[in-house]
Amino acid sequence: MTQPPYKAPLLESPLHSRTAPLCLGNEWTRWGGYASVDTYLNTEHEYFAIRNAATLFDLSPMRKYRVSGPDAARYVSRLVTRDVDGLRPGRVAYAVWCDDLGKVLDDGTIFRFGPDEFRICSQERHLCWFLDCAIGYDVNIEDVSERIAAISLQGPRSFKVVQALGLNDCRTLKPFDMTHFDFDGGPMTISRTGFTGDLGYEFWLASEKAVSLWDRLMEAGQAYGIRPIGSRALDLARIEAGFIVPLVDFMPAGEALRPSRGRSPFELGLDWLVDFGKGHFVGRRALLAEKERGRGRRVVGLDIAGNKPARDALIYAGRSKQVGAVTSAMWSPTCKRNIAIATLDRPYDTMTEGLWVEIYVDKERKWEKAMAPCRIAARPFFKPPRRSATPPLDY
Amino acid sequence: MYLLILALFECMGAKASLREGVRTFMKSYDAIVIGAGHNGLTAAAYLAGAGLKVVVLERNPHIGGASISREIYPGFTYSNCSYVSSLMRPEIMRDLELPKYGLQIIPYEGGLTMTRDGGYLASYTDHDMSRREIARHSARDAEAYDRYANEVLRQCRFIKPMLMQTPPDPTSFKPRDIKGLWDLGRAFHDLGEEAMYDTIRFWTMSCTDFLEQYFESEVVKAHLAGTSIIGTALGPSSPGSAYVLLHHYMGEVDGNIGSWGFARGGMGAIARAMAAALEARGGQVRTEAEVAQVIVRNGKATGVALASGEEVHARIVVSNMDVKRTFLKAMDSKDLSEDFLRQVRNFKIRGSSGKLNIALDGMPDFPAVPKDCPALQGDLHITDSIESLERAYDDWKNGMWSRRPYVDMMIPTLLDPTMAPDGKHYMSVFVQYVPPKLADGEWSTEKRDAFGATVINAIAEYSPNFKDLILHAEVRTPHELENEVGLTEGNIFHGELTFDQLMFNRPIPGYAQYRAPVRNMYMCGSSTHPGGGVMGAPGANAAREILRDLKMGGTGAA
Repeated sequence: MTQPPYKAPLLESPLHSRTAPLCLGNEWTRWGGYASVDTYLNTEHEYFAIRNAATLFDLSPMRKYRVSGPDAARYVSRLVTRDVDGLRPGRVAYAVWCDDLGKVLDDGTIFRFGPDEFRICSQERHLCWFLDCAIGYDVNIEDVSERIAAISLQGPRSFKVVQALGLNDCRTLKPFDMTHFDFDGGPMTISRTGFTGDLGYEFWLASEKAVSLWDRLMEAGQAYGIRPIGSRALDLARIEAGFIVPLVDFMPAGEALRPSRGRSPFELGLDWLVDFGKGHFVGRRALLAEKERGRGRRVVGLDIAGNKPARDALIYAGRSKQVGAVTSAMWSPTCKRNIAIATLDRPYDTMTEGLWVEIYVDKERKWEKAMAPCRIAARPFFKPPRRSATPPLDY
Repeated sequence: MYLLILALFECMGAKASLREGVRTFMKSYDAIVIGAGHNGLTAAAYLAGAGLKVVVLERNPHIGGASISREIYPGFTYSNCSYVSSLMRPEIMRDLELPKYGLQIIPYEGGLTMTRDGGYLASYTDHDMSRREIARHSARDAEAYDRYANEVLRQCRFIKPMLMQTPPDPTSFKPRDIKGLWDLGRAFHDLGEEAMYDTIRFWTMSCTDFLEQYFESEVVKAHLAGTSIIGTALGPSSPGSAYVLLHHYMGEVDGNIGSWGFARGGMGAIARAMAAALEARGGQVRTEAEVAQVIVRNGKATGVALASGEEVHARIVVSNMDVKRTFLKAMDSKDLSEDFLRQVRNFKIRGSSGKLNIALDGMPDFPAVPKDCPALQGDLHITDSIESLERAYDDWKNGMWSRRPYVDMMIPTLLDPTMAPDGKHYMSVFVQYVPPKLADGEWSTEKRDAFGATVINAIAEYSPNFKDLILHAEVRTPHELENEVGLTEGNIFHGELTFDQLMFNRPIPGYAQYRAPVRNMYMCGSSTHPGGGVMGAPGANAAREILRDLKMGGTGAA
């Protein structure tokens, strides 16, 4: 399977032999150089399986970096903005990392396997940056993306599927906990994490065992309405969960050509991820300065009147002053609300009324403009008790 | 929504004085709603949201009316009456924050009709899949389907804006009625010349005639004709049945027009969420509080007398009961004009449907259909020609349940895990036609069971292991629907959806704007515009009119 790149420009996930035959609509998208399923057949039905039953998503194209060595903890702490010392082995944490100007390069999850061993998972590639930041640290950084496959099992009935596999120990997993099992003679990690804002687990194991795990999950999930989902359905769930995505809701600083496009964690509404008390980290000085002078803009959630999704809509204070733009938007089938994630300039990010979105509506190839009132709404838009209840609720 | 909120702030003063006025009574409310069906609860929740002190009085020990789910056989939850949702207006779900109170509507995949010769025709949500499926039966029909769907959607677009509007009165010179008629006329004109002619035909023609214009395959026609007769005492060839088909198409699930879904946990989840929304707004539901009569003094409704003898007073009385039950049973005929009563008596509200709710020990086999066919999750049918639908209707005319009934059969547990234990299934079987009165006399337990057996045998012809899997079956004829749920003659729509009883003629000409002939009394049930189908629109529209009369409303409740 070592085709030259000109014959196989896109990589195949270790699960391709399973996902491809199920992708009846043949709708694929690119993800980090991999072919990834956009929609198996019906985005709506896939989305509802996330909120009603159980779903599988092939997470393998995710980048995974193993960070190990005596200085691993110090290194990771220096790399990301949040506190890592408090992260116990067996725990997972959401984090962002910035450049020296305090602008976010990417977000991801940090798994702490042991005192001196971490894994950082992210959407984009960061080996260069991680190696650059390692200068002076006794740490080993390895891109293990190809070696480790990942399957995300999400939905209110996902624990039932886990149970059907005989993995009852997962019952006590709290959100952001992880545990380890033996699977087909190799190690498998299960973390209670996900991108849906629902109950869910992510399975991490050697790529060559991924197909076997997928088959077992599909079989165990039969009785619980399991179905594979593509990235479109996942995207709907993540908007409801209020999560932001690089390149969608903001420009990663490393990829922006215009220097003003970089966004700090404060501007992304991720203040809680910045810990100034933990010692130095990349971007600290710039972030301190920003904290001093106040951020220029902020990512917020919006609740918009009417039912027309406000995709890429501009936002106005009053009817004429442009003060921001929507970056993700949808009619939420679960909340029955017209929701959006947007960036608003200061001080409009705290306005309680008088905000309008300008929505362009395609009425059979005749475009019309609609102005809809909106207000800033708390994220997550959807936050069911089952997301965090431990042991998992019977739903 | 925003307008309403603004309007409410403006009207805080009015509300306060209203409160002041009624505080002198004990057990006194701003508004009483009779019946905790989904429309009664909707109206009540909107009124409570506007600040009124509201009580909903329900005869049964449980709420929901025909939007109900109950555990009758251990471990199984039945949607005892209505069983699928599409028409429920999204504006209402949003205004009342029903998701917050647990409501979740899950769309399902298509449906299928099994044929006498052992084949099947499925419909799917995927357009290409559906076209290839129809082409197995007729290549021509596969393409005609696009034309058909286009025409139906055009009609839906025309009707949809009217659902959440009070029908304008064509005899009135009030500015709002004139504006309403003007808007209606303009929307009609905007359809274009050809569609204007088609619209009039569509609203009056038979479903058979409508489908004949497009299709040649018998099974394709039969599959599509089903929705034209559901809940209706019309045959597919009766004039007016084409509109009923449209009525079932004009709903949506999250913007997908014509799509249908299950309420997770059964249709009772809708009523439960509404009741919770009502209570969160300070309203109250009283069960086992049967209203015997609406009290009228000096031409004004002032409250109700319960069957227990207790009186409950309120400034306003709103009836969620159907129009016959409201005016012929719960009111003193002296309080109403003879002319009005005559029209109420003439209102067509014929029962035509029955329902079986079945607990199954496993998934039944349908040898005609591949086991992994996703359409099995949808509505299943066993009537493969319009001719046999029409014959089924003949039996109804003769005062007999259909010997070969039309069924709209679903297995919600394929998608909704909450209604049956793992591995077992709940099957909902809607049956057409079942007369409210039989030629050989009243319904009896024996006749009800014989009817149930007819349906089960009909299904068993297509599923050899079906009977063996039955753990329990609840059989409901129009007799039960009338006596247990309160639907006159068992009519699921609170009155036929025929052109003579729609829009400004629903329920009674001159009384289409939710106001009863008695002052301070209103109607909010499905007898009013836009009719039945677990839509919530009559309730929301009625609430808007009430708030308007109280000078507490904006231009719209939604």
